[in-house]
Order: sequence, then structure tokens, then C-alpha cells
Amino acid sequence: MTLVINGEAIAVPDEVKTVGDLLAHFRLENKLCIVEVNVRIIQKHEYETTALCDGDRVEIVHFVGGG
Amino acid sequence: MLKIGPYEFSSRLLLGTGKYPSLDVQKEAVEASGAEILTFAVRRMNIFSPEQPNFLEQLDLSKYKLLPNTAGAKTAEEAVRIARLAKASGLCDMIKVEVIGCDKTLLPDPIETLKAAEMLLEEGFIVLPYTSDDVVLAKRLEELGCHAIMPGASPIGSGQGIINPLHLSFIIEQANVPVIVDAGIGGPADAALAMELGADGVLLNTAVSGAADPVKMAKAMKLAVEAGRLGYEAGRIPKKRYASASSPTEGMSVV
Repeated sequence: MTLVINGEAIAVPDEVKTVGDLLAHFRLENKLCIVEVNVRIIQKHEYETTALCDGDRVEIVHFVGGG
Repeated sequence: MLKIGPYEFSSRLLLGTGKYPSLDVQKEAVEASGAEILTFAVRRMNIFSPEQPNFLEQLDLSKYKLLPNTAGAKTAEEAVRIARLAKASGLCDMIKVEVIGCDKTLLPDPIETLKAAEMLLEEGFIVLPYTSDDVVLAKRLEELGCHAIMPGASPIGSGQGIINPLHLSFIIEQANVPVIVDAGIGGPADAALAMELGADGVLLNTAVSGAADPVKMAKAMKLAVEAGRLGYEAGRIPKKRYASASSPTEGMSVV
């Protein structure tokens, strides 16, 4: 399936079914990040239960240096 | 002690974490500053390079409170979205509301700032809005329930220091919540002046990260904030038009 991740269309393998799978696929499972799917923030305890569908708009953000 | 909402801090210097020459310099500068509150921005992650070092991940989070900002927002709605994302990290409940209304000066949009503050207060955030040095706006933000007011000294990153000490002192004198002078600080004298005016704290970033020696400047800012605060508490002498001798005029021997 193809997801729009951080504004970019990216094809992911069929094994990626949930937000948890997606983070593992990109090796981000231990990173400090926050995920939004179709403008809804996904809390950490929802990662494994939030299913992803073709065309979903996913934002993966984190804290960077700023003033 | 600096009290913001339910939190208490012994340091009155808040430090930004942007634009340091390296992670090592940044770590050392943060340490040297003695700051207990650090600001961050929320941005998209580069998902293709997970090994990229991130400053926050190297920080002992038991020693610092995070103050994420809503930088990048131009409307109240955008600021609220960024604030919610920051809070979903589970690492913080304080938010620096920053809604920019002018790209050239980076001055805040007062109307959107007010709207964002109201929405975020309703959601239970500890809200610290970055605002212009307008006493009426500061009062309105305080009336909404903001936990601190953060007027700018001069435009962000400009290093121009305090260009309107009169307006800042109006805000400081009338506020019943902490006033933190944010943005525009250039050197230690600016930070000390802000504190001498009676500010409860100073937030700066570029003045340290852009200095030739950020670690040394971080220490200088720590001392300046402490000196300015002590001076404020001590109560400076009023300015007089003419001299008044420090040495006694009585008992002078005649040569």
C-alpha cells in the first residue's frame, strides 16, 4: 500500500498493517516521535491497534532544536 | 524561585536549543547556563535516517522541563495542533505559544496568539505566550489565565537587546503572573537589564548559540540573570541630575 508520510507518497510492504508496524519498518520504534494519521494524533497505547489504509496521510514528527 | 503554574525553578534563565554549532557544544552550553527550562520546536522527522542524533534523546529529562514552542504556526488553529502533538509525546504540558504575524520581523500576531492561548488553556496546557511588549495585550493574556507572559525585547534573533524598557516595565509592574523577557537579547548586559527591570526570567537562544564561544556565553548569561535579579531585589539608587560626594566633606585637613 502507499501512504503519504510527511507529505511524500511512500510505498510500504504488505506486512505493515498498523502504526506500530510502520514505526518498526522504518526502525523508529524506540525513537522519540509523535504520530498523526489523517490529522488525528495517535497515542502510544494505540500504535498496535491503529490500522493503516492505502492513501492514509501520516505525519511523524519529533522535537528539534528551537527557541 | 520562579513559579510557573505548578512548577518551581531556581534558575531564571530559559534556554533555546536551536542553531548550535554541534551537539557537544550544545550539551556543554546547556550545562553552563544552569537553565532548567529548555525550549524545542516540533518538526517532521526524517524517517529515512533513524540513526540521526537528536539532542533531546541525549538529555537527562529528570533535570529539565521541556517548553516546546508552536513556531511555524501562523494561525491559532495551527498553534493548537502543534501544541497537541508536543503534548502527545508524554514529556511535557507547558507550551510556548508562538504565532508569527510578519515574516520579516517575526513579530507575533496578537489576535491569533490570544485565540490560541484561550484554546490551549481550555485543554489544560500550562500556557506561556510569546507576545509583543504591549501592556494591554499582556493583561488580556493574563486575564485568560496564561501562566506567564513572555514579551519580546526586540525581534527574534536580532540581538538588538531591550529597545523599549518603558513598555517592558509597564508589563512587569502590572502583571500578577511571571513575566519572562523573550527574544532579541544580544549580550549579558541585555539579560541583566531585563532582570533589573523586574522581569521574572529571560528566555534566549541565538545570543548563546550564535556566540563565538557558546559555552562561555551561556555562563555569562547565567551570571547576568543572577546579577540583574539580585540588583532588582537590592533596589537600585534613583538617578540624580548632579553629583553627590561619596566621601565625607567634614574633617578635611587643610593643606
